[in-house]
Amino acid sequence: MAKFTAKPVDLLKINFKTPKTDWMDTPVNIREHMYCHPAKAKDLETVGFPNIHEWRPADDNWNLPEDWKEIVINGIKERLQKYRSFHVFMDICVRCGACADKCHFYLGTGDPKNMPVLRAELLRSVYRKYFTAGGKIFGKTAGARELTEDVLKELWYYFYQCTECRRCSVFCPYGIDTAEITMMARELTNLLGLQLGWIGGPVAACYMKGNHLGLEPHTIKSNIEMMLDDIETITGIRINPTFNRKGAEILFVTPSGDLFAMPGIYTCMGYLMLFHELGLDYTWSTYASEGGNFGFFTSNEMAKRLNYKIYAEAKRLGVKWILGGECGHMWRVLHQYMDTWNGPADFLEVPKSPITGTVFDNAKSTKMTHISEFTADLIKHGKLKLDKSRNDHLKVTFHDSCNTSRGMGLLEEPRYIIKNVCNHFYEMPENTIREKTFCCGSGTGLNASENMELRMRGGLPRANAVKYVRDQYGVNMLANICAIDRATLSASMDYWVPGVGVAGVSELVANALVMKGEKERTTDLRGEPLPGKEGAE
Amino acid sequence: MKILFPFFAVILLVLLAVVGVKGANLHFLFGVVVPYAAVFTFIIGVIYRVLKWAKSPVPFSIATTCGQQKTLPWIKQDKLENPSSTLHVIGRMALEVLLFRSLFRNLKGELKDSSRLIYGSDKWLWLAGIAFHYSFLIVLLRHIRLFAEPTPSYLHLLETFDGFLQIGIPRLFMTGVILLAAVTFLFLRRLYIPQVRYISLAADYFPLFLIIGIATTGILMRYFFKTDVVGVKELTMGLVSLSPVIPEGVGAIFYVHLLLVSTLFAYFPFSKLMHMGGVFLSPTRNLTANSREYRRINPWNYPVKVHTYEEYEEEFRDKMKMAEIPVEKE
Repeated sequence: MAKFTAKPVDLLKINFKTPKTDWMDTPVNIREHMYCHPAKAKDLETVGFPNIHEWRPADDNWNLPEDWKEIVINGIKERLQKYRSFHVFMDICVRCGACADKCHFYLGTGDPKNMPVLRAELLRSVYRKYFTAGGKIFGKTAGARELTEDVLKELWYYFYQCTECRRCSVFCPYGIDTAEITMMARELTNLLGLQLGWIGGPVAACYMKGNHLGLEPHTIKSNIEMMLDDIETITGIRINPTFNRKGAEILFVTPSGDLFAMPGIYTCMGYLMLFHELGLDYTWSTYASEGGNFGFFTSNEMAKRLNYKIYAEAKRLGVKWILGGECGHMWRVLHQYMDTWNGPADFLEVPKSPITGTVFDNAKSTKMTHISEFTADLIKHGKLKLDKSRNDHLKVTFHDSCNTSRGMGLLEEPRYIIKNVCNHFYEMPENTIREKTFCCGSGTGLNASENMELRMRGGLPRANAVKYVRDQYGVNMLANICAIDRATLSASMDYWVPGVGVAGVSELVANALVMKGEKERTTDLRGEPLPGKEGAE
Repeated sequence: MKILFPFFAVILLVLLAVVGVKGANLHFLFGVVVPYAAVFTFIIGVIYRVLKWAKSPVPFSIATTCGQQKTLPWIKQDKLENPSSTLHVIGRMALEVLLFRSLFRNLKGELKDSSRLIYGSDKWLWLAGIAFHYSFLIVLLRHIRLFAEPTPSYLHLLETFDGFLQIGIPRLFMTGVILLAAVTFLFLRRLYIPQVRYISLAADYFPLFLIIGIATTGILMRYFFKTDVVGVKELTMGLVSLSPVIPEGVGAIFYVHLLLVSTLFAYFPFSKLMHMGGVFLSPTRNLTANSREYRRINPWNYPVKVHTYEEYEEEFRDKMKMAEIPVEKE
């Protein structure tokens, strides 16, 4: 594959004209830089996925199993019976088009098959052919079409150009949620062994080693120890967190991305410093070392299998409740799925902040609280000593993650925190934040490198809104509460809005956090000199 | 093809009624048999479709949250956009069903100068949708007059309101005109916005043409051809009292109107028009979003194969011990 070299100015030449040919007569063009490599057979074997075989997206022959068509049709049937959402959403779309220009992939590509309505129609047309009387009798006139290999390729190509961000479902008059449809379509491709490498790999790693990155227990510890060294350098304080400790009050679970790469590790340093300052009785787990869930992008069953570890580990360690770090899809799963899958967590207690005494009733069944809820409560009760001026070199804006906004509604907590730890906070335009926020463009396992054009195109709407506040207010830091954002927005900022960094909210908290016994800080967590301390070292 | 096929299908229906009544004298077929069959199909069909949907469970709590969650007591929850009780959900659904709340959010996203994405408010679709659905509802209610003797008093009120402009004889009902205007707008929009035209199917044009036909014949009958209303009422009362009669002197245009309406009824359960029922069953809107507060039960939840801690420790025990991470078995 040739390297992706297109310049932003080239990518901005977006053609929104519809093709001359009807969409059913416009064959799919599987284009380089727009798709991901297939998964490795050994990864799929690890978790026992079906129909593992060698194939390449660009090839004519995908070496599909002989009965592939039957598998897909039966797969659709089974899912219609299991999910009312899928069943209703296959039937009631009136094709009003309100969703069309709400999708970041449509706005970034101009490809009509990226309009949520048409993305769904790709599958609906097959549904009509095999499951409705009108489709069986009238065929194409009724919007129905035969399932062929070309149709399957089209489904694969476009359902891996959807990040399940649910922005379209906010605007749909019937609440049709493309994420539901994409999940089903992806389950179908998974039945045929057509999984992506960037999803299959993390799923296998998470299953065996406890986290997507495949960090083994000693590596998790040593990674964190390196952060502790940095924290000591910056603050003069040595922190001693515990791992897999039985009897701790709280189990802390965060996406493994926070343990590994920049700028995620700064967020992780933020957690470590905050918990130390509070004297929190908590433990890390190397077994349940992943808050995120790439299984969610393969099948409901796989997601449940990965999610199992969180409650299992909480039970084994005998903790009282669970605290969760900053991550987007992790919180969709924890908020809307975990309890149903692997609950009831009746061996845990309703989360209660040991510092403020606040009982988190909104998590009284799941027993898991978001770090932003926890931190906002601390600040509100005046439990943190904060020096906002330490973030004065930053002009901050906040990116709502798709899942925490549209699959949870965590909107005010992070804003409250940022306003209390930063002096310079600017919102992006209102149609691009909160429930109307735009995806980073690389969610749902699409954060690979070989599909960089897709990612940059999908990331355009978000980046464009950041550009607005950069040009308007000089914003230089994009705060967020998502590990995937921290990785992917860094790339899309470098591409579209150079000069804007990306930071987890907990990093900003730790910058401002005045710790007991700390030395006079001269740098922030990144080793950048603090305002007024330039040249201090 | 997508436009012409449904267009000619409606023309064909019109001709069928005219020829059937004028040429073949099939008044009973078009005045009694077809309407009965259509209403029967509508009722059975709608019930069947809704039951079929209802048979599929809602395994997960997947509300689309469009506002602040219920959280710390000092943060104001957006109860209508992020409902945590049944009452909130009823409010949310009422806004959705009665006022098309989500459509009201509509924005138009555009790329300006190949550099700036801008989003402007775009309420035309919402306005046309509201105008269409409400005028259709009132028109439908006005027709109760044909099926009740004596005419209920609330209909007089409705008609006074609908005809308050006091234009012409018979008095002009606004809703008929609004209905025709709105449905025409929806058709033109489908035709002229390239993206919407691109996604449109024959199944999108067919109901539009049908409703345009229904509204047009209705208006023609009332204001221009002055159809024999007494005769019509005789027929409709016959239908509703299950003792059908075919009165003399009701023009062919009435039968055209009736056939188009019958077609709409019969077509309804098999089409996207079922969005009327579906909106109530949409899980992203009709669920509470308090899924951490109350556990949702999935009726088909089943045990899955997992990788247990014991298996994990078995693999990594030595490394864990080296790193001084506690283990279960030494």
